[in-house]
Amino acid sequence: MTDLSEAPHGQGAPTTRGRAADFWRRYVRNRSAVAGLVILLTVIAMAALAPLLYPADPFSLAGRPMSPPMTGQFLLGSDTLGRDIAAGMAHGARTSLLIGVVATLVAVGLGVLMGGLAGYYGGWIDDVLMRLTEVFQTIPSFIFAILLVAVLTPSIVNIIIAIAVVSWPALARLVRGEFLSMRNREFVQANVVMGMADWRIILVQILPNCLSPIIVAASLLVATAILIESGLSFLGLGDPNVMSWGFQVGAGRTVLRRAWWIVTFPGLAIMLTVLAINLVGEGLNDALNPRLRERAS
Amino acid sequence: MSGPLLDIRGLHVALPPGSDRAFAVEDVSFTVGEGEIVCVVGESGSGKSLTARAVMGLLPEPKVRASAGRIDFEGRDLLTLPPSERRALRGERLSMIFQEPMTALNPLMTVGRQIEEVLIVHAAKLTAAQRREKILALLDEVRLPDPPRMAASFPHQLSGGQRQRAMIAMALILDPKLLVADEPTTALDVTTQAQILRLIAELQARHGAGVMFITHDFGVVAEIAHRIVVMQHGRVVEAGTADSVLNRPAAPYTRALIAAIPSLTPAPRRPATSARTALRVTGLGKTYRMGGGLFSAARAVHAAKAVSFELKRGETMGIVGESGSGKTTVARCLVRLLKPDAGSIDLDGVDLAPLSRGALRPYRKRVQMVFQDPFASLNPRRTIGDILAEGPIVHGLAPAKARARARDLLGLVGLDPKVAERYPHEFSGGQRQRVGIARALALEPEVLVADEPVSALDVSVQAQVLRLIADIRERLGLSIVFITHDLRVAAQVCDRVAVMHRGEVVEQGVTAEVFAAPRHAYTRELFASVPGRDWIAPALDAPDGAAAQ
Repeated sequence: MTDLSEAPHGQGAPTTRGRAADFWRRYVRNRSAVAGLVILLTVIAMAALAPLLYPADPFSLAGRPMSPPMTGQFLLGSDTLGRDIAAGMAHGARTSLLIGVVATLVAVGLGVLMGGLAGYYGGWIDDVLMRLTEVFQTIPSFIFAILLVAVLTPSIVNIIIAIAVVSWPALARLVRGEFLSMRNREFVQANVVMGMADWRIILVQILPNCLSPIIVAASLLVATAILIESGLSFLGLGDPNVMSWGFQVGAGRTVLRRAWWIVTFPGLAIMLTVLAINLVGEGLNDALNPRLRERAS
Repeated sequence: MSGPLLDIRGLHVALPPGSDRAFAVEDVSFTVGEGEIVCVVGESGSGKSLTARAVMGLLPEPKVRASAGRIDFEGRDLLTLPPSERRALRGERLSMIFQEPMTALNPLMTVGRQIEEVLIVHAAKLTAAQRREKILALLDEVRLPDPPRMAASFPHQLSGGQRQRAMIAMALILDPKLLVADEPTTALDVTTQAQILRLIAELQARHGAGVMFITHDFGVVAEIAHRIVVMQHGRVVEAGTADSVLNRPAAPYTRALIAAIPSLTPAPRRPATSARTALRVTGLGKTYRMGGGLFSAARAVHAAKAVSFELKRGETMGIVGESGSGKTTVARCLVRLLKPDAGSIDLDGVDLAPLSRGALRPYRKRVQMVFQDPFASLNPRRTIGDILAEGPIVHGLAPAKARARARDLLGLVGLDPKVAERYPHEFSGGQRQRVGIARALALEPEVLVADEPVSALDVSVQAQVLRLIADIRERLGLSIVFITHDLRVAAQVCDRVAVMHRGEVVEQGVTAEVFAAPRHAYTRELFASVPGRDWIAPALDAPDGAAAQ
């Protein structure tokens, strides 16, 4: 029986480190994803260093209003009330990233829960949960977010809640699809025959096999969340005590022709960050779902 | 023309760098003459399909390409022809039948339209009326009932056998000189397979075309081959006339392959050692309701109807039948992946059929299942050790003990206990199936339900896994319900068999008796369809397991 002595393929069990190296190798093959990662790391560094670079409150009046960039003590100029734009952007990065990440985590948690239950159990549970999801999906998400913040009063927690509430349905649909296809795989059925509890099958057996698409979708969700937050602040629905990019753009829009720098730099920051996150998401997709990529090319 | 129709000489097909071997096909030479059926036989990975694709110019270039050698067709080397000339040859002079007729036909086009497409491309002179006449005549020739209706049907409206007939019609429409058939009957049921094989042989004789027939099944080979080419690891190991290769094989690999084919004559059985019943199934029924909404009535499909049988301790009960016969539904009801609508499943005095999910849990471990697809039945994200320890841990065994037991189980199924740290993708199909069996054994079941456990495996590996199952049954005193479509396997493994047809058991009894004198008409048809039933493999003294080398 030669089959018995036949050595398993490959050079031994893949260690966690080996897998990480493999993942990284596939990621760096996508050049634009690397560029996105560099931009994103810069934004993160800016957010992390904000209290050191600009220890003062970004709302404080720092000097002459409407100073152009590179004049006086202002690197990127000052706004209509004499607030330092560079300081505002550094602190705004903290807000944007915080809201983007936390809102996404909440949305992913909700989406996985709803989609997982609907996909695993099917039947009436699926029907009820998916109809509920559709109710959320019928309302345009940005308008829904405005409505929620207006009702709940603008504060950072409420903005996160609003963004999470409008973002989870798409994830729930994705997770449901993944669970549906996994549900009838033989290894899941083997676990059922074994008498394994449902929660264990969902969390330990199926979920790890669905992680790749969830991670990719979540990374793109962070970008959307940042955009929604900027939009809300632009409309004056941001937390009044927290500096944010959207607020800066909104504050400068009336003087766009006299002081272009007030809206331009925060606007660029929003654009670059969202672009960078999208590129990273695409890179993650290539690295996590290599087979899909090969099939497409 | 005097030379052979197709002359392959020294063909090499290179694989992309970094593959486990440099060439998928290495130095392959053989010929196909006019009016000759040449069977290319081999197990998975032997390079037989790539050879066929190289002939058709369907290699996934540039990653996989024919790097050396010649393929002469009617005296011209196909490999050096410009793509446009090659395209003109394809379809007109050489054509191909694929394995899976559902994916090989365009689902959005009617069958008639797809065949017409070939004519539009290659025979532009014909008028629409002439084309239609030709198509209908051909559909009639491949014996599709009611050709006008068939021509207007979409692929999904046809049965598997009808689709394959339509594919054959498409391949034959221009009267090609060479027909390349890549496992054309593998996806079909035995009775349909027998009809398609007969059709191919008949059409080939009438049209006088050469046929290159790719298959892994020696039964099919015995049925239709004139000459045989045996391939292994990309090389030809033996070639010759059907009679010499089948009855006097010379190469050790061929001998081992032929020795691994289960015989259709049931193996002698020891009398049942115990009279105790392990499992008694009475009047089991399962009906699927399809479609049906608010305003339309649901269509009911009786997947299983009043199925009754009794499984004695230490016995193997075979359930044989074609796809759609309900055998898998019965298996899933036994392990309660499905809830039967009617009947009882009596396991030592406990009726499993009506129990709820919760009430069932303590009994789950007593009936375990071995699945068909070794690639889908193991969670790719868990190590072999985790997969084997999961069940016992769920049933309350301490994790450390469960892991120790997992290692013992690996030894029991003939794997090195050290592989417990590895992931499923590192193993071959046969090895994975061993893990699947070990997982089922981890809970120390009394009854094992095996749903086509060897159907996805190569014949040499299949023989080893069957031997393992038989060996484990002896050692552990298991009772096994063995689901299979392969009568050869059933003959070797089962003490008793039940034949299922359209959800009903039409005949059951002791294997030897059923095989010797089938009583029901359907059983007789089934036996008559087994490919190569007239060929009795020569008794060979091939060393045990040499086939897997």
